[in-house]
Amino acid sequence: MSSFRSTSVLRLHPENKVFNERIKELSGEEIDLCFQCGACSSGCPMTQEMDYLPSKIIRMTQLGLDEALDSGTIWVCTTCFNCEVSCPRGIDVANVMESLRQLVLRKKYDRVSLDELTPEELRELPPIAIISNQRKLTG
Amino acid sequence: MSNKKIGVWVCECGGNISDVVDTQEIVDALKDDTYFAKIERYLCSKPSADGITEAMEKEGLDRVVLACCTPKMHRTTFLNNLEEKGLNPAFLEMVNIREQCSWVHKDDHEGATQKAMDLIKGAIARAHQTVALDSKKMKVVPETLIIGAGVSGITTSLRLSEYGMKVHLVEKNASIGGHMIQFPKVFPTLDCSQCILTPKMAQVSQSSNINLLTYSEVKEITGVPGDFIAKVWVKPRGVDPEKCIGCGDCNTVCPSKAKDEYNQGLNERKAIYRPFPQAVPSIFTIDFDSCIKCGACERACPADAIDINDPGHEIELNVGAIVLATGFELYDLSGLPQYGYGQYPNVVTSLEMERILDVNGPTGSMVVVPETGKEVKSVTYVLCAGSRDTEVGRPHCSRVCCLYSLKQAQLLRDRGIDVNIHYIDIRATGRRYEEFYLTTQEKGAMFYKGKVTEIVPHGDQVLIRSEDMMLNKMVEYPTDLVVLAPPIVTTEETLKLAELLKVPADEDKFILERHPKLDPISTKRDGIYAVGVVIGPKDIQSSTAEAEGAAMKVVNFLGVDRVIEPNKAYLAKPDACTGCEECVEICPENAITMEDSKPVINEIMCSGCGVCIPACPEDALDQQGLTDVQLKANIKGVLADSEAELKILAFVEEEVAYTAVDLAGLARLTYPSSIRIIPLPSLARLKKEHILYAFAHGADGVMMLESPEHEGPYGHAHILSEERIDEYRWEVEDDDVDSSRIWFSRVYVPDWRKLQRVFDTFHDIVDGEGPLEDDVRETLREEYS
Repeated sequence: MSSFRSTSVLRLHPENKVFNERIKELSGEEIDLCFQCGACSSGCPMTQEMDYLPSKIIRMTQLGLDEALDSGTIWVCTTCFNCEVSCPRGIDVANVMESLRQLVLRKKYDRVSLDELTPEELRELPPIAIISNQRKLTG
Repeated sequence: MSNKKIGVWVCECGGNISDVVDTQEIVDALKDDTYFAKIERYLCSKPSADGITEAMEKEGLDRVVLACCTPKMHRTTFLNNLEEKGLNPAFLEMVNIREQCSWVHKDDHEGATQKAMDLIKGAIARAHQTVALDSKKMKVVPETLIIGAGVSGITTSLRLSEYGMKVHLVEKNASIGGHMIQFPKVFPTLDCSQCILTPKMAQVSQSSNINLLTYSEVKEITGVPGDFIAKVWVKPRGVDPEKCIGCGDCNTVCPSKAKDEYNQGLNERKAIYRPFPQAVPSIFTIDFDSCIKCGACERACPADAIDINDPGHEIELNVGAIVLATGFELYDLSGLPQYGYGQYPNVVTSLEMERILDVNGPTGSMVVVPETGKEVKSVTYVLCAGSRDTEVGRPHCSRVCCLYSLKQAQLLRDRGIDVNIHYIDIRATGRRYEEFYLTTQEKGAMFYKGKVTEIVPHGDQVLIRSEDMMLNKMVEYPTDLVVLAPPIVTTEETLKLAELLKVPADEDKFILERHPKLDPISTKRDGIYAVGVVIGPKDIQSSTAEAEGAAMKVVNFLGVDRVIEPNKAYLAKPDACTGCEECVEICPENAITMEDSKPVINEIMCSGCGVCIPACPEDALDQQGLTDVQLKANIKGVLADSEAELKILAFVEEEVAYTAVDLAGLARLTYPSSIRIIPLPSLARLKKEHILYAFAHGADGVMMLESPEHEGPYGHAHILSEERIDEYRWEVEDDDVDSSRIWFSRVYVPDWRKLQRVFDTFHDIVDGEGPLEDDVRETLREEYS
């Protein structure tokens, strides 16, 4: 996990609310109820690979910071639902991750382009890893 | 020795004692010394207990000595039986030969028998010196003075008046109601504060048992618990409460204005005013600081109730108990300019915000910047604005700020106003409070962990800068209105009142409880109780609960005559007294005053801790039931005739430490039979002389087992004792007694296991030193015969 790179001032504009509302709408999760206990991060098996811990991603969506979309965390998330199980406020963090991925994918931006993968890579990579880079929840 | 008829009973405790201690040998040895010595199988059984009373009557015994289990077990039972037959309680001596003898020396029958005999001889020697002592009964005045008529004072008053007790309720403001009547809604139920308090206020005004004195202040308190005299100054209010019909004609014509206290000074009221429409009493009051004495009100009053030359008057009340319920004020933030309070119109305190949110408030419930009238679209809460700060402000947590801020946040969110809350910790620890926090989040308030350090102006807004500790980044944004949550503190007036009442405050300036856990609404002085925020920041629910409790405390205190136990210090040798006032200074209860250059010890206030007695340089003081003569007789009796090789006398504090020693016995821990125990109320009762006296008459070591500093029943006495004994330890070396022959320990009840090691260790030390040298003892005996 990388540490925070700067202590720059966060952008807190009224427009941030639009992003916050969008995530709530897409995920169906009451992210404003998060009180930053950190249980989602504690239970997450992938934190070592993440640039922002899951709890911080939730905090960013709470504040309406769309930097969350640039985070590697949302792609590293395996959707194991450990976070959902442990959240004391009933937030399904994996759903929030999915909504963030959706927002990125809808911009037609592929983090990993399947076309660029060699047949060897396609053969060797576990299918779940490839799917992880697209989207994880169906429907 | 006197020729008192002393009866001794030695209990076998069904073998618990007699399997180790040779009771027959003891009884045989005692026959010459006493009128009567007898063995019982079970002394506590009814036939045996009846036998004691029978023998007492038949033989006409003067004193009864019972050697059995710990007095903590059956002393009260025996005492009740014997008192019925006319034995003075001071004439019963109990010797603990089970928990502190047979159970702990089970492998040392000879030592245990010798020790039991010594302990009994000590009790007999003491019994020869005892005099009859009776507890006194004092009539109490069954009336109560309650100072402060907020929700706490009102609740206690109502409860006592329902019980049928007379109450004098003194309030410094023109109306009762306190701070609670200023709140529009209260957490966590969001019910209307005024709707629930107004009926209670009306009940106060209607109760025939409550003498309501508004616009009044307590100026002087004299007397003793159970019989206080209070002087109350009824401030000049210019309006006769009996005549005023509350029509308001005076208010209409009054030309002079002043800041409206009810609205936290956010708007103005007339110089003749009623604080708020539902005020109790529903009369007007002239604020003479702003009155120009034009006389317009006098002319307008249809009831002829106004006298602008009202000089005020003083009244005297005779009460048995006092309840202090003077509440709080917010810490003055002018010393913390970083928050901008008083500098920028957009910064208000939480109490001001309460008024802004009230439909009858200064802004008519419109959320606007009070000074400029600008509509507010975003509000920022700064929690701990001066609280939890050991450097500036106050170190304590004010406890209700989190919740009232959440409450205000909900009220603001209901109106569509943005709310940002900056906190260090959200402390929502009461019942339904966490749920209330959740609801606030559901309503869309935003939370930032990170204390705001500075507020700076930004156009017609202010700029908030704080850390978002969750993202480790700075947050900076403009907001329309800042609400500060300053520390909740006691008022200067309260602290002055506390001085009048002689009740101390703690470092945090809230009134000190008698015991923070087990007696949390009693002050350090009998008959004076403190409820609500004056005894620590708290919410309405807790204040009410305390107020109900205080009513019970008062009923308990005033419901029966006060019993004054005969354990008080007294001036035994008035001629020796030089009037040095050492005793006055050292008394932890402030029970001693000087009259005609002699100390007068108030029997009601004296706790019987014994601290003053060794403090007297002239040896002029003594203690009832524990006189120097009795204590020395006991010491000598325990030691002088003993055939034991090594004798250690242990003075043990009789509540906490003694219980621990009993527990060691209950667990059958073993320790050397050289240890002989004499209980004392606090070890601060001991003089150096007592220790040397013990050495003179046979002790080879002296132990002092004191209660912990703050857990003993006599407060400061248990702290002083250690200081004294530290001095004695070195002073005895002047008499050639090695300081290693003196031991001091503090004993916690759960530490009873460690006692075995303590006793073993000290026994080994004394054993290593050997018995006290004969020549040293001889010299001491000459001095301390």
